[in-house]
Amino acid sequence: MIADHFRVLIVNLSTGKGRIVEEDGRNSEVGGSGLAAMLFNKYGFADKAWDDPQQPVIFAIGPLTGYFPLMSKTVCSFKSPYHNQYTESHAGGRSALALRFAKLDALVITGKSKRLCCVNVSSRNLDIKDIEFLRGKDVLETGKILRSMYKGSGHRSILRIGPAGEKLVAMSCINADTYRHFGRLGGGAALGAKNLKGIVIQGDAIFDTPPGKDYSKLYAEVFTQVTATDMMKKYHNLGTPANLQGLNDIESLPWRNLQATSDPAIDGINGERFATDTLLRNSACSGCPVGCIHVGCVREMFNADHRYTFKQVAYDYEPIFSLGTMLNVTEARSVLNILDVMEKVGLDAMSGGVALAWATEATEKGFISETETIVPLRFGDAEAYQLATQHLGNSSNDFYKLLGQGSLKAAAEYGGADFACVLGQEMAGYATGEVFFAAQTLGFRHSHLDSGGYAYDQKHSDQDIEGVIKFLIDDESGRAFMTSMVSCLFARGVYKNDLLAQCLQSVGYTKLAGSIDDAGRHIQKLRWQTRIATGFTPEAITIPKRFYKIKTWKGPIDAAYLDSLKTGYGQAIMQLAGDK
Amino acid sequence: MKILSTPNISRCIGCHSCSLSCARLVHKQLSWDSAGIRIKSSGGLTTGFTANHCLACDPAPCADACPTSAFSQRKGGGVIVKKKLCINCGACVTACPIDAIYEDRSGNVYVCIHCGRCVDFCPHNCLEMETVAMEEKKV
Repeated sequence: MIADHFRVLIVNLSTGKGRIVEEDGRNSEVGGSGLAAMLFNKYGFADKAWDDPQQPVIFAIGPLTGYFPLMSKTVCSFKSPYHNQYTESHAGGRSALALRFAKLDALVITGKSKRLCCVNVSSRNLDIKDIEFLRGKDVLETGKILRSMYKGSGHRSILRIGPAGEKLVAMSCINADTYRHFGRLGGGAALGAKNLKGIVIQGDAIFDTPPGKDYSKLYAEVFTQVTATDMMKKYHNLGTPANLQGLNDIESLPWRNLQATSDPAIDGINGERFATDTLLRNSACSGCPVGCIHVGCVREMFNADHRYTFKQVAYDYEPIFSLGTMLNVTEARSVLNILDVMEKVGLDAMSGGVALAWATEATEKGFISETETIVPLRFGDAEAYQLATQHLGNSSNDFYKLLGQGSLKAAAEYGGADFACVLGQEMAGYATGEVFFAAQTLGFRHSHLDSGGYAYDQKHSDQDIEGVIKFLIDDESGRAFMTSMVSCLFARGVYKNDLLAQCLQSVGYTKLAGSIDDAGRHIQKLRWQTRIATGFTPEAITIPKRFYKIKTWKGPIDAAYLDSLKTGYGQAIMQLAGDK
Repeated sequence: MKILSTPNISRCIGCHSCSLSCARLVHKQLSWDSAGIRIKSSGGLTTGFTANHCLACDPAPCADACPTSAFSQRKGGGVIVKKKLCINCGACVTACPIDAIYEDRSGNVYVCIHCGRCVDFCPHNCLEMETVAMEEKKV
């Protein structure tokens, strides 16, 4: 399916009809992030609210998806319920290859169904089923029922939301094939606002491979690089949780709502501990031989007569940070138990954990009480956090409804904004220093993956404002191209520009192969212009005081340096977006 | 004679590298389906994966069912496929007791030919080329 144009399916839930459109832009918008931004500009509305039925939710893949290993992500873009601005969320799983084999570069959902529904797409099928009977069902049960309703086992992707998405919680996620997520910034609510509970994508098309032997030869070389070298080892050995010990050792791991950056209790929840005590097996995204998905097991006796049940919960660095160190839950199985509830209600585990950490400190300091939290919150009390997660996902009362819109929204009502760990959205697990704090605060997705700020912090102790800002802008440009491909960012060490150019060339994208840097800069600019058109201003985002009061391996945070970085980075973003 | 076997399929992570390599290298295609080995979840991702592929019957019911000798018996089990002789009748698909033959929309059929090209693409060594004694394989 090598073509200069994009093949896009637009599905309108208000009319129940879809249409295929062909869009130009392969050499400029590339796919993934760039394609999603382009489609939002065409089918979205910058000035309408995130939950306006006309707003699109967009799923886009890249030119090499299916053709090369680890080109296995899907970009989902939408106007976020969290900040009412344009955003992206990325997920692995099977959706990328499923879209490829459904003969689509992108799927755009517009309109709103009158009742809860499921969209089913393949290369020769589109249908929309009423599934009102699944209202309120959790993510795992929904997945099981959708599996039984549609054919294509193993060769399909099942995206779905839980109660949190249905209730328009701004921290709700879209679950992708049980173990992956379009996690951040409220994709679940974006679907919930459309009464769209599930999307089943069946990949049933067959394409000819590019002519000649070059493609298959290059594929084998790339495959060898990603499997036979140490380059990807950290992702399939302990996985990302290997970083917990390292960051704790250098006083850069947030503990107890970022009241500390290191704690000996890491022994109970580091990567080794999770692997030794809970790891059941690995799993992979389709098209990726690395297999970085680590599935942990919790065995639970539910009846005194030795009656057991067990849960399989996929874990990564970030949820162990947000539900472990941030909540002071220091036993691996307890972390998995909370994560299991997050999964079921369909919450983003990172945002949910950080929000509960704020609520716990707010309880300690007397800003809120059991009247608001329903269950008493105490750092380390895993069972209470499981119950609180249920309340957060279900918006059980006014407090949880507000907290689900963001910790700062709750703090504005109840107090405690100084210690809300929010950098544009609830923080990622890196208390590495000023560069990361500025980078997440103003990053396009408010993600640790927008740029390598956390890595920069760990390698530099000097203060170089201009150098940092140049690094963040340049690094983002390269990543914007990678996420337009749509490559897993774990492969960024393998897919350097030279190799990307060879891969593009081997399948026939010769022009794009020669303009990678230009395309990256163009997409970076397009995304920022789109975000700014929906209301982004750097000055409107503040950094809570907590981030100024911590100590990292470099020593206490330098407030003036952090402020200068934020100001300079914000100016650089606005400049690049306005640059003709 | 060697046949493809899946002694360690419990290690499968669902990456589809085997299917994709068969489609790419044997059939010159990009697909999850047009391959001699196809990976399915065994009742959802939480229960792991199964590999759908030819078990090398001898005699092979699909070869017996083929009216044009496009499928013929392979020594040691399985079939030898001569695409030019296939009339896309689908009789082999019906005859296979384990759904190991995929039929595309045009009636083209895809079955494992036990060439072993998928084996090296499995990152967890789930697949093996197993040597079988001719007499043992008779079923």
